[in-house]
Amino acid sequence: MAEIIEKLQHSFSFSIVWYALIVGLLISLCSSLLGVTLVLKRFSFIGDGLSHVAFGAMAVASVVGLTNNMFIVLPVTVIAAVLLLRTGQNTKIKGDAAIAMISVGTLAVGYMLMNIFPTSSNISGDVCGTLFGSTLILSLTPFDVWLCIGMSTVVLVIFVLFYNKIFSVTFDESFSKATGINSDGYNLLIAVITALIIVLAMNLVGSLLISALIIFPALSAMRLFKSFRSVIICSAVISVVCAAAGMLISLVASTPVGSTIVSADIVVFLVFWLISAIMGKTKT
Amino acid sequence: MEQIICKDAALGYEDGIVTEELNFTVNSGDYLCILGENGSGKSTLIKALLGLKPHVRGEIKWVNGASSKEIGYLPQQTPVQKDFPASVREIVLSGCLSKTGLRPFYNSHEKALAHKNMHRLGICDLEKRCYRDLSGGQQQRVLLARALCATEKILLLDEPVTGLDPHAQNDLYELIASLNKSGITIIMVSHDIGAAVKYASHILHIGRKQLFFGTKDDYLKSRIGRSFIETEAESNG
Ligand SMILES: Nc1ncnc2c1ncn2[C@@H]1O[C@H](COP(=O)(O)OP(=O)(O)OP(=O)(O)O)[C@@H](O)[C@H]1O
Ligand SMILES: [Mg+2]
Repeated sequence: MAEIIEKLQHSFSFSIVWYALIVGLLISLCSSLLGVTLVLKRFSFIGDGLSHVAFGAMAVASVVGLTNNMFIVLPVTVIAAVLLLRTGQNTKIKGDAAIAMISVGTLAVGYMLMNIFPTSSNISGDVCGTLFGSTLILSLTPFDVWLCIGMSTVVLVIFVLFYNKIFSVTFDESFSKATGINSDGYNLLIAVITALIIVLAMNLVGSLLISALIIFPALSAMRLFKSFRSVIICSAVISVVCAAAGMLISLVASTPVGSTIVSADIVVFLVFWLISAIMGKTKT
Repeated sequence: MEQIICKDAALGYEDGIVTEELNFTVNSGDYLCILGENGSGKSTLIKALLGLKPHVRGEIKWVNGASSKEIGYLPQQTPVQKDFPASVREIVLSGCLSKTGLRPFYNSHEKALAHKNMHRLGICDLEKRCYRDLSGGQQQRVLLARALCATEKILLLDEPVTGLDPHAQNDLYELIASLNKSGITIIMVSHDIGAAVKYASHILHIGRKQLFFGTKDDYLKSRIGRSFIETEAESNG
């Protein structure tokens, strides 16, 4: 035990570890808030598709050699979010096929670009890092941290200010439209915020695991809680606790950050699922 | 006092006209029942009245201070709602949303309104319950309370009793009738010709075009009314 504490103390003497912790907690907070809406609106596919688009954009950015690839990744992902939302709502075109096409396509092109124009000698390491976020989180600069704090604040403020509208649009789009709420506008807002969060979260867990970060806390909370507000609060708590636990464990045990956090989320989900199954049994 | 005037309106989607030659007016305090076969365009007409879907031709006008932003709407249920974690109170309150405008939270007046409508529909004791755990009839009451929060003038109901047992259907019809007596205009889509004849003041019967519009008594005397009632009676037993 003493050994573990010593190891943690040593880690936390580096400011880079503090950066990672701050960024990680903020990202998991934001993604869990939005996760509830995305799951309930059947929009989780957007999260999945976008993370692949973000990977492709990241590859392009590193090939072009930008010092800060955010400037490519962010706008590309936001535009893709808007496009995916449109195709997803269009019943004529097979929405899910189009999304699969976009997401797998960008993944393939991204990987190819990284191989044709290698920026370092360790391509598979780079790719692995982008996909699973194993190294990125410990290479954050103060600029990244401030960017993350800024964007998370924007997301949180928007979420609190529009909480009631987001609830109404999520629960019943046609009713809110009928009573004069601009539900298309709010759908767009939700898609854009999702894009922001995904770009942020790429640093933490990598693009393949983002969906897990968004979906698992929401699904766990929905097992046990019965009002929208309590589901949102519970999912935020789960997500933050799992992120903190995952990051501490990964420091001590030297496991990859992203997959450790997601594993923690999965454990919580299983526990909640078990509890709800037992409660359901005793009720009937 | 007239609230809605519909003049020679045609409704349809990209692939064609669904129904046309619609001419009717709705007055304040009316109880209009919309009848028609499956796929005749009843839900489409409701959406057009709500402004969710533009009409192809003609005119649909809201007059005398009635506005499509100030109506209560009880939609046919969407699949999303079946597993939605939301408390009854949260859902009823969301009916007040259009009153909040740019203000991000509900004020005490709106909370009181939500409470009043829960009381009116006898669902106060369900306030904290989860919507998905309620019975079909209770769920419809919750949605009706939400609709009442949005309006005191007009309610549009799209097949409100579908999926309820006969007893709950009857309760809901009585409830709607009592709301109508308190001065709220009701526009209801229904397959239930018996209820339409019992409660409605006016009937609109649509097919590929408008087949009948008038008072209930005229409908019962008309040829189309008599034949529709006969076929329904046959198919029901
Ligand atoms: N979004 C849509 N796009 C294209 N056509 C549609 C759409 N929605 C409905 N339709 C068509 O319009 C017609 C009328 O549909 P509508 O839902 O208004 O019927 P309805 O009278 O409500 O039927 P029901 O009694 O089954 O509820 C149908 O032929 C249907 O196929
Ligand atoms: Mg219908």
